[in-house]
Amino acid sequence: MANAVLTIATDERVSARNPLQKLLVRPEIGALVGALVLFVFFSAIAPVFLQPSSLATVLYGSSTIGIMAVGVALLMIGGEFDLSTGVAVITSALSASMFSWYFSTNVWVGVAFALVVSLGIGFINGWILVKTKLPSFIVTLASFLMLAGLNLGLTRMIGGAVATPSVSDLDGFDAARVLFASTVKIAGVDVTITVFIWIALVAVASWVLLRTKVGNWIFAVGGDANAARAVGVPVKATKIGLFMAVGFCGWILGMHNLFAFNTVQSGEGVGNEFLYIIAAVIGGCLLTGGYGSAVGGAIGAFIFGMANKGIVYAQWNPDWFKFFLGLMLLLATIVNLIVKRRAELK
Amino acid sequence: MALAVVPLLALGACSSGGGRTEPASTGGGGGQVADTARLKVAMITHAAAGDTFWDIVRKGAETAAKKDNVELLYSGDAEGGRQAQLVQQAIDQKVDGIVVTLAKPQALKDVVKKAVDAGIPVVSINAGEDQSKAIGAFTHFGQSDKLAGVTVGQRLASEGIKHPICVIQEQGHVGLENRCAGVKENVPGTEILNVNGADMTSVSSTVSAKLQSTPDADAIVGLGAPFTLTIVKAVKETGSKVKVASFDLNGELAKAIEDGSVEFTVDQQPYLQGYGGVDAIWLSKVGGFKVGGGQQVYTGPAVIDKSNAADVSKFAQAGIR
Repeated sequence: MANAVLTIATDERVSARNPLQKLLVRPEIGALVGALVLFVFFSAIAPVFLQPSSLATVLYGSSTIGIMAVGVALLMIGGEFDLSTGVAVITSALSASMFSWYFSTNVWVGVAFALVVSLGIGFINGWILVKTKLPSFIVTLASFLMLAGLNLGLTRMIGGAVATPSVSDLDGFDAARVLFASTVKIAGVDVTITVFIWIALVAVASWVLLRTKVGNWIFAVGGDANAARAVGVPVKATKIGLFMAVGFCGWILGMHNLFAFNTVQSGEGVGNEFLYIIAAVIGGCLLTGGYGSAVGGAIGAFIFGMANKGIVYAQWNPDWFKFFLGLMLLLATIVNLIVKRRAELK
Repeated sequence: MALAVVPLLALGACSSGGGRTEPASTGGGGGQVADTARLKVAMITHAAAGDTFWDIVRKGAETAAKKDNVELLYSGDAEGGRQAQLVQQAIDQKVDGIVVTLAKPQALKDVVKKAVDAGIPVVSINAGEDQSKAIGAFTHFGQSDKLAGVTVGQRLASEGIKHPICVIQEQGHVGLENRCAGVKENVPGTEILNVNGADMTSVSSTVSAKLQSTPDADAIVGLGAPFTLTIVKAVKETGSKVKVASFDLNGELAKAIEDGSVEFTVDQQPYLQGYGGVDAIWLSKVGGFKVGGGQQVYTGPAVIDKSNAADVSKFAQAGIR
């Protein structure tokens, strides 16, 4: 797997392949086609969908999935996945808010503390994984359950309620809100800042994957960890690093949740981990690792956002949403599979 | 007369494009739909899909919508942030009014303010009665969970109950905790039991274990109709003599009250919340009326026990109570 990707990378420089085929072997091509179809579809049946403010809402919804999907996609390319992401986002938001509230500090202290917590969760997940060699499904399932319990237990123990007290009166709140939860006016439309953070993260992740040594390591450990180790790739460090990258994305989203809504509900986040994985898979990342892209995860998140919001704009009964989501997941993965096989045959 | 007009209305609806006012009904004898301009109202709840309680709320809203010539856009999301996005979408769609639940007021306050600023009247229902006014809703239809808890607690106390068990099916749910707090206020010996409401077998086994390990418990309170029915089964299986009380209502629970396996329940009359929410928007559009006069409108608690269960049961079977 890793070899295939590496040859593509070298061929790209020699530029011997025809451009169409080169495009077709990109992991995100199936998702891109799907996204276009969905966009045209919803634009046709719901004119309000094309209105700038609606697009901003769709992008915002996509970004709250997409920010996590960046980390999750990298991790999946590296051959692992993480079931604790949904609650880890809430853990991060809770740590920031409880820490600064309890000690009455400037919120930035809490924000920094939350970053340490998030990276720490990622480190522990990765460290247990490489030490025990257990599948990531088990390790992160365990951390998912533990974090869900800690979120509820600690919040009630410290704050005395299941939601955190509001931090909006603390010093630094306004500045933090600008960074994590403000809106930017573009052509008269309020676009939430998470959209830009999302795009920036995708750009950085793509650069790391395609242009750096670390990117090669990620593909290598996901393709074949033993072969990668044999050629000198630091497999353990790469995997731990990937889990910490997921933690970092969780921190950003957690901070957004906190500063957008001032308080955090300790029971939230459960189930969102699947949305992030769905976005990465629709975007062409393989569950077996070694193949995929950050842009794919972003397109996957955008598809999710369009479907989620489009159904509302089209005024359909939301009861059917999950059915369509499942169908899309199935179709997207089948399209990916077919496109990939065809492209590799040539 | 009515028979002649109804097909005409249907024909009119088919041939003319969307958004036009229905042909005016003649006086009181004609159609059942209000002859006011067609309105678009969004109802956005924090309900997960497929919940019986919310089905009743929705039925009430749909009935009001039908009567008031309103196009109802129903949606919901259990997560605060995503519910806020749904409200934003309603604003994007330029609806004439928004009916929203405020279970997570902090997550919703900015977007509700945005709606009010955009000139869209907002009514809150079900949850968030304390914050409703401050956030900008002009009225609230709901039941105070605390008040409902107090009602149950007083009733239990009057029956001489000393050690009831209050079963919370969703750990960390503020409304549910308030209900139990209301019970505890009147019966200090109240004990709280957390169960996993997403899994009925686990509710049943946890309740059985609790009853077996707490022989001096004299009552058990379920906080939702399906959970109470599971509790009734667990009580029967363990052979315990505890009395069962409940919150909320469905058809089966009404029957259980009739046959005496459940003592009583307090109903928050969810149908009224949906109906009232949509109707209040219509009234505000029709005559600038402010239902509730700036105060919240209580839809409950209505106590249902053996004395009135048979009457309520009829409506519960029809799915409107």
